[in-house]
Amino acid sequence: MTGLAQVPLALTPINRKEFVSDQEVRWCPGCGDYAVLAAFQSLMPQLGVRRENTVIVSGIGCSSRFPYYVDSYGMHSIHGRAPAIASGVALARDDLAVWVVTGDGDALSIGGNHLIHALRRNVNITIMLFNNRIYGLTKGQFSPTSETGKVTKSSPAGSVDAPFNPVALALGAGATFVARTIDSDRKHLTEVLTAAVNHRGASLVEIYQNCPIFNDDAFAGLKEPDSPAVVPLVDGQPVTFAGGEQAVVRSGDGTLIVRPTAEVDAGDIVVHDASADDPSVAFQLAQLTANQDLSRSPIGIFRSVDRPVFDDEARRQVHMPDDRSAALQELITGPDTWTVA
Amino acid sequence: MSTPVHTLDRVVIRFAGDSGDGMQLTGDRFTSDTANAGNDFATLPNFPAEIRAPQGTIAGVSSFQLHFAGADIKTPGDKPDVLVAMNPAALRANLGDLKRGGVLLADSHEFTKRNLAKVGYQSNPLEDGSLADYQLHALDLTGLTVASVESFGLGRKEASRAKNMYALGLLTWLYSRPEAHTLEFLDRRFAAKPQIRDSNKAAFLAGHAYGETTETFAVRYEIPAAPAPAGTYRQISGNRALALGLMAAAVKADLPLFLGAYPITPASDVLHELSKAKNQGVTTFQAEDEIAAVGAALGASYAGALGVTTTSGPGMALKSETISLAIMLEQPLVVVDVQRAGPATGMPTKTEQADLFQSLYGRHGEAPLPVIAAQSPADCFDAAIEATRIALRYRTPVILLSDGYLANGAEPWLIPDLASIEPIEVGFATEPNGPDGTFLPYARDERLARPLAVPGTPGLEHRIGGIEKGDGTGNVSYDPDNHEKMVALRQAKVDGIVRDIPDLVVEDPSGEADVLVLGWGSTWGPIGAAATRVRNAGRAVATAHLRHLNPMPANTGEVLRRYRRVIVPEMNLGQLATVLRATYLVDVKSFSVVRGLPISPAELAPHLIDQIDSLGGNQ
Repeated sequence: MTGLAQVPLALTPINRKEFVSDQEVRWCPGCGDYAVLAAFQSLMPQLGVRRENTVIVSGIGCSSRFPYYVDSYGMHSIHGRAPAIASGVALARDDLAVWVVTGDGDALSIGGNHLIHALRRNVNITIMLFNNRIYGLTKGQFSPTSETGKVTKSSPAGSVDAPFNPVALALGAGATFVARTIDSDRKHLTEVLTAAVNHRGASLVEIYQNCPIFNDDAFAGLKEPDSPAVVPLVDGQPVTFAGGEQAVVRSGDGTLIVRPTAEVDAGDIVVHDASADDPSVAFQLAQLTANQDLSRSPIGIFRSVDRPVFDDEARRQVHMPDDRSAALQELITGPDTWTVA
Repeated sequence: MSTPVHTLDRVVIRFAGDSGDGMQLTGDRFTSDTANAGNDFATLPNFPAEIRAPQGTIAGVSSFQLHFAGADIKTPGDKPDVLVAMNPAALRANLGDLKRGGVLLADSHEFTKRNLAKVGYQSNPLEDGSLADYQLHALDLTGLTVASVESFGLGRKEASRAKNMYALGLLTWLYSRPEAHTLEFLDRRFAAKPQIRDSNKAAFLAGHAYGETTETFAVRYEIPAAPAPAGTYRQISGNRALALGLMAAAVKADLPLFLGAYPITPASDVLHELSKAKNQGVTTFQAEDEIAAVGAALGASYAGALGVTTTSGPGMALKSETISLAIMLEQPLVVVDVQRAGPATGMPTKTEQADLFQSLYGRHGEAPLPVIAAQSPADCFDAAIEATRIALRYRTPVILLSDGYLANGAEPWLIPDLASIEPIEVGFATEPNGPDGTFLPYARDERLARPLAVPGTPGLEHRIGGIEKGDGTGNVSYDPDNHEKMVALRQAKVDGIVRDIPDLVVEDPSGEADVLVLGWGSTWGPIGAAATRVRNAGRAVATAHLRHLNPMPANTGEVLRRYRRVIVPEMNLGQLATVLRATYLVDVKSFSVVRGLPISPAELAPHLIDQIDSLGGNQ
């Protein structure tokens, strides 16, 4: 069953414009959020489900303004809590496509607890985590994904925090769908989001997103065509990068290492298997991310496996009686009564 | 042998023992039998927060007090007439409350040198004459119990665990109760464990037989049935009534019920009750924390369910940001606070009413919401329906206050007929309401309530959020005039709920009272009982009780000004008193008790008499 299996289909085709709200988009010029919004609005009609059955819940931060710009149902909620609110929406209704829009501060700092529990439970929601490695809306403090030593207004001597790797965190939380993509690669972004929303259960998509004002070019090294820093993950394919010159192989101690392709046996190159039941290889691939300077970062779907879905299982336990009043009257009355004449 | 039977009006029994001794179960059983006998009753369980506190210590004492009578009663009673003390710690912790001349039943087996020393007894009070003022019955309950279950092949420790049933059997005899109900209960409770079932039944019957065959007790007692309106009754605790009330409200509103909750004492039983009710269409979500619990409830409400969250004081603090969001969204939500003694962890199993300020004011920004409070265990049912009705009708979060005393206390309940409860009209929007077929999510009806369009409704797609919204459209707005208007509208909407609230009713049988006692929440019982004592002492006193704390009934100020003195008893340092003074400029006087226990009518009544007499008025 796909993530959208119970969402009613649109009776007539929908076009991109119908997903554009009448609100003026107020992100800074050049913000990576524009690209994600455009990709989202283009992909939504292709999903074939009714617009009114789409719900976007966001937290707080620049990216969390997202719901205002999409003409569907949406809630701009409070800082960090979108996964919790979305869990309630998904649990209450099986006929909605529920999206969460969040950022690195929203999801990983103030809302870290809700994120890991939504992933652990495998609630049928699709989480777009806009990671710009900085606090934008509050004007430029370091975030939980900022590199150590980052100089910002709140860390003038350099941040001493170690950055999170959101993919590794999600895998550690037991997520069933984990992917990473980048705002500037429209095609990849669209493919990954489509796969994510069709996955039944919780999907986490980390989107590297440029903040031109407070952290410009944070992902510049990953954006050049055929960037040697990008490690593309393609299901069923050997993991190579830098124009095929570098390969990921398993070392003697079991860890994954990078070797020039020319120096290794083709058969020793790790073949990506996103549907592997055991998440440890996906976790090892996540560790290939150079958290500090992003001199290397795997991009793609790390993991996509089927596991019982929280809201499906919870609904299975609930039974609405045909005659609610009669059923409740019986419960109210209970087994031990006495009568006063 | 036949022991003479005396008829009594009322009895207060307290069972006290180690927290592992089964005192709550024993009390609960005796309460059920009391209900079956047609007595009116009220109960007060009192137990430590620790699951198994150190054995034999004062901190580990668990007790259950039951007040039952052949007349209408309102509280679990002041001083017990009968104290069952299963060990020296239970005696030490509770003896001070026992009436002089009261019955004291103690398990002599536990009064060992070591146990006595643990709680600071130099000599054995059962033997040194220090209990001469009481009718002392020192029995080797443990030994008698072990002997009575000998045939079941249990170890001594296992066997002695049935001693609570032995004591219950003895009291069942002493108060002329039939044995059948408890035997049936044990059959049900331990159906899967025949050995435990049979040993408990044997211990219970042995205790009963002990009363019958020995001459330990010179008389036995019976308490006639209390006069009560005709109908079918059951016993109900506050938390159970609250859960049933929420379910009834959902049925009446024709919405699925969704509870988001995180376990917290003393509210967890509401989560438990609703979790058992999945076959009533109830969804419960045990969230990762208090914030997620209210968040999920808000999400479910947005998706078209009746969203409810239950908690206690510390959890309320964590939920406050989400409650403020619900105010901004104008989204229905029922928030239940079963109050406990605070601040911080405070005394989780003890009662208090000190979250009134938090409920009324504990949010950022101008964030008004309706607050209502239940007044008795059974009233939690009606209060839950009332809270839901307001939440849905006015599209607002509502805080419903209960407390530990109501939550765990029990009383007889005239079982309500669901059909007689008025339906709750939700009226989700299905059609555009703006120009050119647009939808205005913040347009308002005559009550200033906004339309609710649930996701899945075609043509009404719209966005809501925590940012200030333009009047009518709900679009993001930073316009100063608009903000001022919206702040005023949200306040006016909540203030306007007063039109749905009945006037404050004053009870003053003589019509000559100079003093009004005004209460809220669970002080209803103690105030009523104290007022009866005051009137029996020949004084006039008026009483009134607030169910609605925000907004308050329209005539509240007028009622307050009608009396020469207004006294407000509260289990806090005077929170309602402060609100009344600020709102109505009336110099109300506080009667404050913060001991983690309900206000005692025995303390309140003399205070009221002093106050009345000091005015030199009408007696």
